[in-house]
Amino acid sequence: MINLLFLPLVIPLATAVACLLAWKNQGLQRIISLIGSFLLLIAAAVLLVTVQQDGVLSVQGGGWAAPFGITLVADLFSALMVCVAAGMGLVVAIYSLADTEAEYERLGYHPLMQVLMLGVCGSFLTGDIFNLYVWFETMLIASFVLLAMGGKRAQMEGAIKYVVLNLIASALFLAAVGILYGVAGTLNMADLARMLRESESSGPIPVIAILFFIAFGIKAAVFPLFFWLPASYHTAPMAVTTIFSALLTKVGVYALIRIFTLVFFAELAAWQPYVLAIAGLTMVIGVLGAVAQDEMRRLLSFHIVSQIGYLIMGLGLLTPLALGGAIYFMVHVIAAKSALFLATGMVLRLTGTTELKKLGGLYRHQPLLAGLFLVAALALAGIPPLSGFWAKLALIWSGLESGNHYLVVAVALLVSLLTLFSMTKIWAAAFWKGAVVNGATDTPLPLSRRVYWQMAVPTALLTATTVLIGLWPEPLYALCMDAARQLLVPDAYIFAVLGVQP
Amino acid sequence: MESVFAVVVGILYATGLYLMVRRSIVKTIFGLALLGNGANLLIFTVGRLTAGRPPYVPIGALEPLPPVADPLPQALILTAIVIGFGVQAFALVLIKRVYQTVGSDDVDEMTTTDRIADDGGSR
Repeated sequence: MINLLFLPLVIPLATAVACLLAWKNQGLQRIISLIGSFLLLIAAAVLLVTVQQDGVLSVQGGGWAAPFGITLVADLFSALMVCVAAGMGLVVAIYSLADTEAEYERLGYHPLMQVLMLGVCGSFLTGDIFNLYVWFETMLIASFVLLAMGGKRAQMEGAIKYVVLNLIASALFLAAVGILYGVAGTLNMADLARMLRESESSGPIPVIAILFFIAFGIKAAVFPLFFWLPASYHTAPMAVTTIFSALLTKVGVYALIRIFTLVFFAELAAWQPYVLAIAGLTMVIGVLGAVAQDEMRRLLSFHIVSQIGYLIMGLGLLTPLALGGAIYFMVHVIAAKSALFLATGMVLRLTGTTELKKLGGLYRHQPLLAGLFLVAALALAGIPPLSGFWAKLALIWSGLESGNHYLVVAVALLVSLLTLFSMTKIWAAAFWKGAVVNGATDTPLPLSRRVYWQMAVPTALLTATTVLIGLWPEPLYALCMDAARQLLVPDAYIFAVLGVQP
Repeated sequence: MESVFAVVVGILYATGLYLMVRRSIVKTIFGLALLGNGANLLIFTVGRLTAGRPPYVPIGALEPLPPVADPLPQALILTAIVIGFGVQAFALVLIKRVYQTVGSDDVDEMTTTDRIADDGGSR
């Protein structure tokens, strides 16, 4: 049963290899990647259920005892994230059937997507900081190629910014890992946690923590390190943008939460006001950037940044309720934001543009699409009873309870309003207002039935998820709260890896 | 010995960062390569520079006889060098394609994705 931990790594790897073997046959690649994504989801679900029943799982690669071997660990947080990532992988694999151009498939779109999933799952499951670096690089190199694949001018410009900023982050990450090894003599996260809890926070430890914060902050796109994101994400095809927005920045947030609750807890507690200030600024700047935009994909890209702010707020408040809220928020925002991107992809296919000035009156031709977009948009803004409401409620409740973080609570509420404004603007402009004369929607492009449903079903699945976890939040909510408690009291994690009580 | 390495690492970082703030993307990539090498040397240095033997365990003993060099930083650097090689190879191809597409290596010419008014990259 312990091999369960290897499955989320083995399945995408095997699928990628199988796709490469079927290099000339794109039809077969599609089927292989669908099957692989489906198997990954099943494996992830089994892993989550097992972790829920048996507690934290861990396995040492090659049988070398921790802290020497390659450690894989799954606590509730990582198992849940693997599960969400696998779900997104499947949804995007279905959407890719309709959305991916033949040229992309010829250049290896399907194997690259699987390698991306491999890197994401590996980052979630690893118990060793250097391995985290390796998984990050696996994920990055796949994302570089996926982003630059089309070779269009905008993509080239986006790719150069994305690649350079991410490589700087990697260099900082590597330097931090090196100094940490010099100080602590181990890179196993559980071992580090045990060691740093006993020693006092002094000397180079805060410097190392800052280096990690900057490195992960660039990946997660927090203020003021987010500029690469709105400059690059919108240039890729819709399916690629969706998987990037759903998973890549979230891996950065995951790494922040994991490292700072487990290893650098004392530093995080000391820097609480600064982390909250960064969270507030990320929310505000992101949403203001979005309000200024007139193009759907860029507008949504800025919203990614804004939503990251809420996740960092959960980390900064550092109570079980806030951390649980942040985890719930992560699941919610992955579903809601991806639904919006996929719906935008349908708009692009139907009208040939995502410029709000050229769009209008889509509601008349596409009531289903308009409905899906509206539900996801309201969920993102946090209208009850959709999923965003519960996520924000937990964060704000926790902020009020703590008694001295009223400012960030006020900012979070204000940004919710601005998000709602921005979402109503985009929905009204694209779907509700009358068709623009000589605009793009006078004659919607023909879309075959099969292609239509291949795009509509994944979008509907994600929208249904936000409705479901909004109307019936209790199971997921309880799970997130348990995950947060495991993060804040990592005794079970340390015991699972090292086999000794801390 | 450590201080010499510290100075070398500092020079590599400074040169790398200086090159990266230039507008030419070619220099940016060179800067990134130097930064990566600086990070590798940094790991090597903080892993302690022991002029020792390889950490082989003699027959019959349970641990190697001191002084031995710590092999782990070198294993880390080896991995990082391989990854850095792959990523830099990709970056080189990328800047060639960027130059072919944009017709310039000046980052100031690459702002179409940042402007609000145009439709940057719709198909």
